[in-house]
Amino acid sequence: MDMLKKLSHSSLALPLAALALLLLFNALFVDDFFKIEVMENGNLYGRPIDILYRASSLIILALGMTFVIATGGVDISVGAVCAISAASCCVMLGGDISGIPEHPFVLAILCGIGAGVLAGIWNGTLVAKFKIQAMVATLILLTAGRGIAQLLTDGQIITVYYKPFSYIGGNIPGIPLPTALLIALCMVSLVIWLDRKTSLGLMIQSVGINQTASKYAGINVTLVLFCVYIFSGFCAGTAGLIEGSFIRAADANNCGLNMEMDAILAVTLGGTLMIGGKYYIGGTIIGAITIQTLTTTMYAVGVSSDRLPAVKAVVILLIIVIQSEKFKQMYRNYRLKQGSSAAKEAEHA
Amino acid sequence: MRNFISNLVASRFFQFYVTLVLFVILFGLGSVMFEGFFSPQVFLNLFIDNAPLIIVTVGITFTILSGFGGIDLSVGAVVALTCMSLAYLMRDTSLHPVVCMLLVLLIGLAVGTLNGFLITFFRLQPFIVTLGTMFLCRGLTAMISRDSVPIDNAFYGDLAFWSLPIGDCFLSLGALVAITVVIVASIVLKYTAFGRGVYAVGGNEQSARLMGLKADGIRWGAYIISGFCSALGGITYSWIMLSGYTQHGLGMEMDAIASSVIGGTQLLGGVAFIPGTLLGVMIQGTILTIISFQGTLSAWWTKIVVGILLCMFIVLQAMVNEHKNKLMNLKAESTKSKPKAKA
Amino acid sequence: MEQAAKDTYLLTMRHIDMFFPGVKALKDVSFNLKKGEIHSLMGENGAGKSTLVKVLTGVYQKTRGEIEFDGQVIAPKTPLESQKLGISTVYQEVNLCQNLSVAENIYIGREPKTAWGGIDWATMSERAAKLLNEKLGLSLDVNKTLGFYPVAMQQMIAIARAIDTQCKVLILDEPTSSLSDHETARLFEIMRSLKEQGISIIFISHFLEQIYTICDRITILRDGTYVGEYEVKNLKRIDLISKMMGKEISEGEIESNLDKATASSDVLVETSKVTVPGKVKDLSMQINKGEVIGLAGLLGSGRTEIAETLFGVLQKSEGSIKIDGTEISIKNPMSMMLNKIAFCPEDRKLAGIIGDLSVRENIILAMQAKDGMFRHMPRAKQNELADYYIKLLRIKVSDREQKISTLSGGNQQKVIIARWLATEPNLLILDEPTRGIDVGTKSEIEQLAVSLAKEKNMSVVFISGELGEEVRTCSRVMVIRDHEKVTELNGDEISTAHIMQAIAGDYHGHA
Repeated sequence: MDMLKKLSHSSLALPLAALALLLLFNALFVDDFFKIEVMENGNLYGRPIDILYRASSLIILALGMTFVIATGGVDISVGAVCAISAASCCVMLGGDISGIPEHPFVLAILCGIGAGVLAGIWNGTLVAKFKIQAMVATLILLTAGRGIAQLLTDGQIITVYYKPFSYIGGNIPGIPLPTALLIALCMVSLVIWLDRKTSLGLMIQSVGINQTASKYAGINVTLVLFCVYIFSGFCAGTAGLIEGSFIRAADANNCGLNMEMDAILAVTLGGTLMIGGKYYIGGTIIGAITIQTLTTTMYAVGVSSDRLPAVKAVVILLIIVIQSEKFKQMYRNYRLKQGSSAAKEAEHA
Repeated sequence: MRNFISNLVASRFFQFYVTLVLFVILFGLGSVMFEGFFSPQVFLNLFIDNAPLIIVTVGITFTILSGFGGIDLSVGAVVALTCMSLAYLMRDTSLHPVVCMLLVLLIGLAVGTLNGFLITFFRLQPFIVTLGTMFLCRGLTAMISRDSVPIDNAFYGDLAFWSLPIGDCFLSLGALVAITVVIVASIVLKYTAFGRGVYAVGGNEQSARLMGLKADGIRWGAYIISGFCSALGGITYSWIMLSGYTQHGLGMEMDAIASSVIGGTQLLGGVAFIPGTLLGVMIQGTILTIISFQGTLSAWWTKIVVGILLCMFIVLQAMVNEHKNKLMNLKAESTKSKPKAKA
Repeated sequence: MEQAAKDTYLLTMRHIDMFFPGVKALKDVSFNLKKGEIHSLMGENGAGKSTLVKVLTGVYQKTRGEIEFDGQVIAPKTPLESQKLGISTVYQEVNLCQNLSVAENIYIGREPKTAWGGIDWATMSERAAKLLNEKLGLSLDVNKTLGFYPVAMQQMIAIARAIDTQCKVLILDEPTSSLSDHETARLFEIMRSLKEQGISIIFISHFLEQIYTICDRITILRDGTYVGEYEVKNLKRIDLISKMMGKEISEGEIESNLDKATASSDVLVETSKVTVPGKVKDLSMQINKGEVIGLAGLLGSGRTEIAETLFGVLQKSEGSIKIDGTEISIKNPMSMMLNKIAFCPEDRKLAGIIGDLSVRENIILAMQAKDGMFRHMPRAKQNELADYYIKLLRIKVSDREQKISTLSGGNQQKVIIARWLATEPNLLILDEPTRGIDVGTKSEIEQLAVSLAKEKNMSVVFISGELGEEVRTCSRVMVIRDHEKVTELNGDEISTAHIMQAIAGDYHGHA
């Protein structure tokens, strides 16, 4: 009981409840939702795996976004950065139909991630060094990013026939779990390590809550801000590789489209406030999974992909209303009123 | 001279001057590079082609101006929803097109009202709320129809193709509506208590409250205006497209924000100038025109150039603010030193 | 008799109760204001002064009680409503809009209109200029953006706004805390002239001196309850303080000197000809080990700037700073922290506390910043450290995980001091450590400064606008005027009178 109470007050309560509700719905209305099979080639297959697999690039983006939002900023360029990363990786590999890459695979991967980091450095410089509002600063790359990606691919959709490239978004032969999921797990452990074993978390939160005071306490605010944007760029670069590998091509117009919105949504759903301050890694991860579960569920019940946003929107609006201080206060007042009327009734009796 | 420059930079209209100069340079550049560019019709075409964006940008400027991280991401989606609703209403009902237009304006008002309510009553972040309504409107558009729905009402077609001759040139109805919106918005912001209230709330909400302004109501109003402008922008958009489609107005919110910033709006709220905003849209339009005249460049170069411009303007804003602070410090010191002289 | 008294009052508040969810902020408070008087509302932090004012101005709604104003019972629901009735407020932080013009700031919400309903800008500017000139004797360009004027001027503009509405009661909530002495004197002139015009003023200030200079009567609150109403001339300061604190204190306890620290002859910090353009001029000073050195001067004289230069927030353009005899280069606060210098900034809320973090996290913050990101302090060690300082400084918290923003000002200040003590500094700079803090905690912090110097051989730089405090704690006082060091006072030379003379520029040593 105590545990339950503690849980209901914790920041994870809401995303967990939302996820549980979705899963319950699935359990009741979608056949074989929880069934996991082993396929002939040894890979695991089933809806839960599929959700995690599809959610992995979102999780990665959302991790980077969590830190950025915790400093009181936001990085709305991540979707466009995904496109740049995918484009640069694909350009390096080349669209040769024989499947022979133009440059070594490792170099191409590094190039993709490097493009993300470069974008992060750009954003970080604007925000940390020039003290430009985060949304404005990242708006620049959001506007120009897809143009840059198209510049890289020369306006073409480059399809990569090199086999190992598809492993990133698929399975490495012999490993039963999707590679994307493994990458996401690595990133999650990296972030948890950063959070637990370094004081980066403390500093990010201080900067998010009160920048001036953090500066006076000796924290290098510029460096902290710089770091979070670079990390976000790194995450976007990684997610871009996965997104690119899903379709084995660099599609500058659609790669990572609207993913910045999903990532922000995952972070807020996880309980981190947009104004910065306290952040919740666990919440973010569950938030991302919840969003993907919602998407998969909606597909399963036959809602088409272009109608899905309406459902998503209702969920977002409901959740942020429930999370708001005002709602909590209204709820408390309601409880108080109930309590006092109950007391009055007791008196009458 | 130094003093003059200093005062110029600190002036409220500095950003506007910069935008104006930039526009003249860009237009001049086009005129020098391409034959036939320097003509009144090319200039008027900027209004005709960008009428929806101008109207939407005016609306979004109100929300940015109202502070508290104000933004309206739902504008593009509302444009799509209004186009689709118009197409649907005219295809499947026998309502007169004018009634249809009035109805879709109500849709815009409703979305704006919902945004404003969530933002002011629950004090939610405008970014997230309008992100939500953006998804909502896109989804609703797809629920009406997933495919493109053409508008083939005769009366409506006449409206779309109607034009006002000016000498040898002409302006479309949409452009006239856009110009009217710009003028009305400028007057509202300068000469009405509500308009000044939007500035006050955006500048310092707490002060505005203590000075007796109804901050929530004013901000709510700003979102309703933005919703209305989006719907109106949607109608002019449908005059250009003569169809309803889920992908209409995609990314328009970002174009509108970029135009607004290039036009001198500060995203922190409290600073904006509608004629500047108009120039912001026209600069984007000029770049597009130059690219189309050039012929070989792809349209995505616009995105890159706009990105660079955006970057320039944002850095410029940061520098101007820095300069203002320095000026203020100097002033504070000079006023402080006066009593010293007395003592 | 009672009826007669009632008639002379412009405003009476009777039996006011006010609840916040779960907390009773005001209990049976009464308040009477005569026409044309300056009335001070006194009490320690959290005594309910602001709450009472906010009930009067309609920001909060009272739970019980009655407000009678000008012969009518009123219950304002919004600030605008109370303003219309004739009750205006000027708050501590200037509550105007920096992005609007001066004239607009005065008239927003009630702009003059032209015949067709638009705002009449010409009339507005004209009226604003006339108002500022006639009532306050100011002449300035009312079409300029407010942000261009210094804070003191903005405060005057705020007053202009307040009195232009048919104002009968003007509430000034700590208006002087950011003003220099000269500006305060100007404000007092204006207050007196307003009083002559028949306006009643409610004046809230932490400075006793000012209360006794300007006010006619005082109402004292304590813990949300009403203590009493007194004529200023009949109430001794010592009685005022004891009524505010709710305990008897002897004159000696506040006024007497602490047993001061004696400095050793070892020099810890030595600056020579340090200059920061526009902030610090040609500063040469020594700080010895184990002494409490005071920086005295008017607000804006450069006290804070000197401290910020020592801590590396401001960058010197010339001169040198030596620590323990070796010259050091300063890039940022961190380089000074590594040289064992600590700095508690003046503005606690803005530059001190990290509001949403716990007391523990706030305490370890500076130390962790010093250690760097990758040398993370284990949780057990953090707890131990936090508990140690909570006990040492007697910080009142429910537990170490309490959010710092929920503590009172005094306890927040203690946490900030703990943050710096944890870095084990050799030099601790305290910039206005007692501002806005209740009297009890004030003397605790003064004692702490002295005992750190005495027992730990730490050097302390103590900056305070309250001269009495400097006299009580410092073994040496440096007087600053116009960004320059004027003189130093040692040992017996230190007295309020001497410091004031030095600031005024006519102290020339013992002779």
